Amino acid sequence: MDALTLARWQFAITTVYHFFFVPITLGLSIAVAIMQTAYYRTGNEAYKKMTKFWGKLFLINFAIGVVTGIVQEFQFGMNWSQYSRFMGDIFGAPLAIEALLAFFMESTFLGIWIFGWERVSKKIHLASIWLVAIGSNLSAIWILAANSFMQQPVGYAVRNGRAEMTDFFAIITNGHLWVQFPHVFFGALATAGFLILAISAYQLVKKGKHEVFKKSFKFGAVYALVGSLLVILLGHTQAQYMIKVQPMKMAAAEALWESENPASMSLFTFGDEKNRKDVFAIKIPGALSFLAYNKFEGEVKGIKNLQAEAEQKFGPGDYVPPVAVSYWTFRIMVGVGFLMLLIAILTTIQAYKTKFEFKPLWYKIVFWSMFLPTIANTAGWIFTEIARQPWTVFGLFKTADSVSNTVSAGEVGFSLIAYTVIYAILIVVMVGLMKKYASRDVDEIEKEEKEVNNSVLSKA
Amino acid sequence: MDLNTIWFILIAVLFIGFFFLEGFDYGVGILLPFLGKEDLERRAIINSIGTHWDGNEVWMLTAGGAMFAAFPNWYATLFSGFYLALVVMLLALIARGVAFEYRSKKDDPVWRNRWDWIIFAGSFIPALLWGIAISNLIRGVPIDDKMNFTGNFFTLLNPYSLIGGVASLLLFTLHGSIFLSLKLTDNLLEGARKVAKKLWLPATIVLFVYVILGYFETDMFSKLGVNPGAIPILAGLAILSVGYLLKIQKEGWAFVMTAITIAFSTITIFMGLFPRVMVSSTNPDWSLTIYNASSSPYTLKVMTIVAIIFVPIVLAYQAWSYWIFRKRVSTKQKLEY
Repeated sequence: MDALTLARWQFAITTVYHFFFVPITLGLSIAVAIMQTAYYRTGNEAYKKMTKFWGKLFLINFAIGVVTGIVQEFQFGMNWSQYSRFMGDIFGAPLAIEALLAFFMESTFLGIWIFGWERVSKKIHLASIWLVAIGSNLSAIWILAANSFMQQPVGYAVRNGRAEMTDFFAIITNGHLWVQFPHVFFGALATAGFLILAISAYQLVKKGKHEVFKKSFKFGAVYALVGSLLVILLGHTQAQYMIKVQPMKMAAAEALWESENPASMSLFTFGDEKNRKDVFAIKIPGALSFLAYNKFEGEVKGIKNLQAEAEQKFGPGDYVPPVAVSYWTFRIMVGVGFLMLLIAILTTIQAYKTKFEFKPLWYKIVFWSMFLPTIANTAGWIFTEIARQPWTVFGLFKTADSVSNTVSAGEVGFSLIAYTVIYAILIVVMVGLMKKYASRDVDEIEKEEKEVNNSVLSKA
Repeated sequence: MDLNTIWFILIAVLFIGFFFLEGFDYGVGILLPFLGKEDLERRAIINSIGTHWDGNEVWMLTAGGAMFAAFPNWYATLFSGFYLALVVMLLALIARGVAFEYRSKKDDPVWRNRWDWIIFAGSFIPALLWGIAISNLIRGVPIDDKMNFTGNFFTLLNPYSLIGGVASLLLFTLHGSIFLSLKLTDNLLEGARKVAKKLWLPATIVLFVYVILGYFETDMFSKLGVNPGAIPILAGLAILSVGYLLKIQKEGWAFVMTAITIAFSTITIFMGLFPRVMVSSTNPDWSLTIYNASSSPYTLKVMTIVAIIFVPIVLAYQAWSYWIFRKRVSTKQKLEY
């Protein structure tokens, strides 16, 4: 394989892996902050236990998210130096601001939170976890500002052989950013919600109906419900926006070869990507137009027309992204999203109605649905980035031109193997620790800590 | 002063902050398995930097981000050129970051010991590599007229840069041992003091060898002249004074002095570089400078405004977090695990 292919694999693997942990961090940091706020306001020990229990799981997840993030920042210069030269004027700024505004806040106040339980006032301690949560989510806004520019370039001019920033305000008010960030944010709430639900379900079944996990279960149910519902609604807004800004992306998502008016939506398409036609398809007439414009008419452009338009604009070349990957990842994301919503609704109703007298099967479903958001998140990111191809910056700069010209295939191959191996080891370790800490007896936590303390004092 | 120069200075400041802060926590990580014999002692050592190491590391991430934003060609040439060295550094930092959080999550001596050695390696490798990287920046590496690095991994491993690596390693470890003698109590305090005293002489010697070599290997001599000016001299005097200050047990002052050595040495190197950011050994005219490597004036202006607003805020709360945890860490109190 050549350096370009390897660099693309490396970007895909490291980014998808990084994003296993990011949504948990974004969602769980706010969840823990809410729990601690409840403790602060009510003084109820159950909330303190919740804060400590979920806080530990948050930290185990956070650590791995942070260290894999370092690779993300350095990777642009290492593997994509030509991209960095062309785009640095615009792309570097949000990254630098992310570090300055968000990473410092996150890391400093996390330190205060972990080590400050008995050293700072309760108010400052509570403020610390909120600042961690705000910092994490701010960091998401800045990195998505950078990503949004790649989807929809704004506020720039091509001068001196590179894209130069002309309007910083346009970059941070990019329409794409403000449909993308809420989608990511509520996706993160859903991810954390299902994680809380799953572990609470496990605890309720294995360790009896403890108040802490009844409360956590209800919390997780509401969190998952709000997250799933809004991620779908906002996803819809985002799709409508996509048709306007990146029509080729939507055409690929629907495997829509020809322009149609009214456009039908594919339920299932088995297509011939090479000859750009359907082999077998089930379609709902007019549904795609409805999705796009909220009415059953209106033209949605097809792949062939868009390809012709692109050739006129950018010269000869293939401007069609991998259709099969785009089509299926889009469907997995949407399908899993609706499944999440269904489970969240049923679980919330039952949690508030039945006093946790669920059927054992339902607990199992709830437990395993912890992996659903991650499947949707992963499919969503693969779709977003793959369906933008062949561009790194839509309509402006191609992936093939972005790769480092001084880094050999051997070097990229080496780093790809090295990251993959260390990431594989890390996930095994991390899952092991999550399991251990997720199955702890919540009443023992305080006792364990006291015992450590006593054994220390008795030695002294 | 133009914005390009201001950003050159700002990035120098970020590197100074990074080497000063992460310098001692690398040192602490390197000393961890040697100073701490039993688990409680090691936990106390880790807790001395527990609240800070993550924030310290962000100085590096910010420096990287600032290079990307202000001098994209510097970022692109450096990061793609020093590829394998950076991969090794990243692997070390990944393992180190996880180790701090995971080492105490199991009550198992084998598990903890393994992570402690990962913290050691994860601190040792970057402490060494940063000296190598910085030395190559100033010594010059092969760069062609398109700003592309044309050397390979072994180009970076020359005697001068290797001595630079050993110098940074020893200096950070000394800095860390003095930091520990300010943060620990009892046996651990004695241990840290002993190590600091032992490390001072070799660190000083290697540093001076490095400086002397610098006159032959780089163009510092022609740039700075026989009399290099106050800053390099003060860097040298500061490290010399550390030996005496340690002897009379003025660790606070000794820490100030290693901090000055680190800060002033970094300033000296950046002064030697200026207005270049990477020296081309192929042809001096192909060096990257603060002008040919920079972003547009507009981006620099935006970034300057952002930096003016937020750098003081960051400095304030980071300083405050050090103040909150200013007390010594003792194995006799309750330790946060």
